[in-house]
Amino acid sequence: MDRGGVAGGSKFVLMSLPPVIAACSKPLVFCLLAVPLALLGVDVWREAVAPGSALGADPGEAVVHHLGSWGLRILLVTLAVSPASRVFRQPRLIRFRRMIGLWAFTYVVLHFVAYLSLLAGFDVINVLVDDVYKRPYITVGFTALVLLIPLAATSTRGWQRRLGRRWRTLHRLVYPAAIAAWVHLLWLSKGGFMDPFVYGLVLLFLFGERIAYSVRRRRAVSDDR
Amino acid sequence: MLIRRPSDIKPSEITPEYVYRTRRRFMRDSLAVAAGAGAGASALALPDSWLEERRVEPGEPIGEQMTSEANATGYNNFYEFGTDKEDPAKYAHEMNVDPWTVEVSGEVAEPGKMGLEDMLAGIDLEERIYRLRCVEAWSMVIPWIGFPVKKLLDRFKPTADAKYVEFKTLHRPSEMRGQRSLFSSIDWPYLEGLRLDEANHPLAIFAVGMYGKLLPNQNGAPIRLVVPWKYGFKSIKSIVSIRLTRRQPVNTWNDLQPREYGFYANVNPNVDHPRWSQARERRFPTTLFRPNYIPTRMFNGYDEVAALYSGMDLARFY
Repeated sequence: MDRGGVAGGSKFVLMSLPPVIAACSKPLVFCLLAVPLALLGVDVWREAVAPGSALGADPGEAVVHHLGSWGLRILLVTLAVSPASRVFRQPRLIRFRRMIGLWAFTYVVLHFVAYLSLLAGFDVINVLVDDVYKRPYITVGFTALVLLIPLAATSTRGWQRRLGRRWRTLHRLVYPAAIAAWVHLLWLSKGGFMDPFVYGLVLLFLFGERIAYSVRRRRAVSDDR
Repeated sequence: MLIRRPSDIKPSEITPEYVYRTRRRFMRDSLAVAAGAGAGASALALPDSWLEERRVEPGEPIGEQMTSEANATGYNNFYEFGTDKEDPAKYAHEMNVDPWTVEVSGEVAEPGKMGLEDMLAGIDLEERIYRLRCVEAWSMVIPWIGFPVKKLLDRFKPTADAKYVEFKTLHRPSEMRGQRSLFSSIDWPYLEGLRLDEANHPLAIFAVGMYGKLLPNQNGAPIRLVVPWKYGFKSIKSIVSIRLTRRQPVNTWNDLQPREYGFYANVNPNVDHPRWSQARERRFPTTLFRPNYIPTRMFNGYDEVAALYSGMDLARFY
């Protein structure tokens, strides 16, 4: 399987880019992922200056919703990195994965913080007891967040080295986290199911590619014997 | 309870611009302003002159800050036009509400199908400033223009067997994109219902206008129900059929999610929706950093309807 940053055979896209752009690709991706947050920042600023001017009738809800949907989208992008590296034969894409994953985590954490502050008014007891315990869509969303915490915490090279083989096992938690995030979206939808359908399809595709890949690999290994 | 005394409130807080106009023959003024601003984008079920020519009894202020017209017309649940709150304002103009006919049928001595203008002939309009509490735990204060439901129903002479009223929203997928959506779980057309004694309660009105103007499409033009002591989804929009029945009619959300939405759907802070606490609500206008949370009141503060439910277990009949 892919090993971060070590594999060298990026023959096509990245190598054919002008060296300056190739060198800048990481900062570029970083900035790209910051755009939804920056746009939200502008709206929050406008809203703070002139209430009602930028975020509609229910600004708290709008902020929470924006952060949550970008959290899920970027989480799916993270999950798309290794399939993309295989499908397009671009092993060096893997070097973006940590950064994209950390951005996903950032959006998810901000989503939770916005919910806790803007919607729940830091009423932590009420939130934990009433919402997380009693309301399944929040329980499952909270689960996704909790599952992502150890992944973000062990995302550094140091932890990767220290954990060795266990690092990969641990980071498989991203799969249940993504499923939980998707169920969170499904359970909070009412009446219209286009978003859960589209995201579900993407998730299925990303899981499907992994399963197909591991089946192929196992076959290749057994053929060698 | 939480009703503030009028003396606690600055007049500017509770008397928005349009109310001054109400008191100065506001119909003429407001329509002139609307025309001047070129705000006639939405199709009107009734000719502009219809409202202009009528006297509207001004509404009683309720001592709570009014929700802005921009909020009330820009943040809507009207799934016929999409599930985002902004979708109705974007797409409801695709609905043609002129001409508009309403059919009254079922347990009535004189059933009929007639154009809206004829149906409303001779009915006096009044303004009602009501709280609107959505089941999603947000709320507004809106000045409606309308008339008691009973006034219209009586014209068709309900029979002794009439126990319930069923209301139906327009079903026209060609003009209502939410009805064309492949991802909607709603079985169109949208249906709602009331017990006849609820419908006959003086607080239950049909609205044809708000903020001194005819209803915009996204708010349920040209005629909608407003039942202020019930969650907003009961106040069905763009009504084309009124049927009096012996049995309790189907209502759409109850049909879709019976555990979450009942037939009665009275505002009740003690009975939680499975996905939201109903103990409090975000009242619009609200701001980002200081959300305007207020405690939710039984029957949305309209205690005078309590007699309709005496002896009923409202935790069971939610």
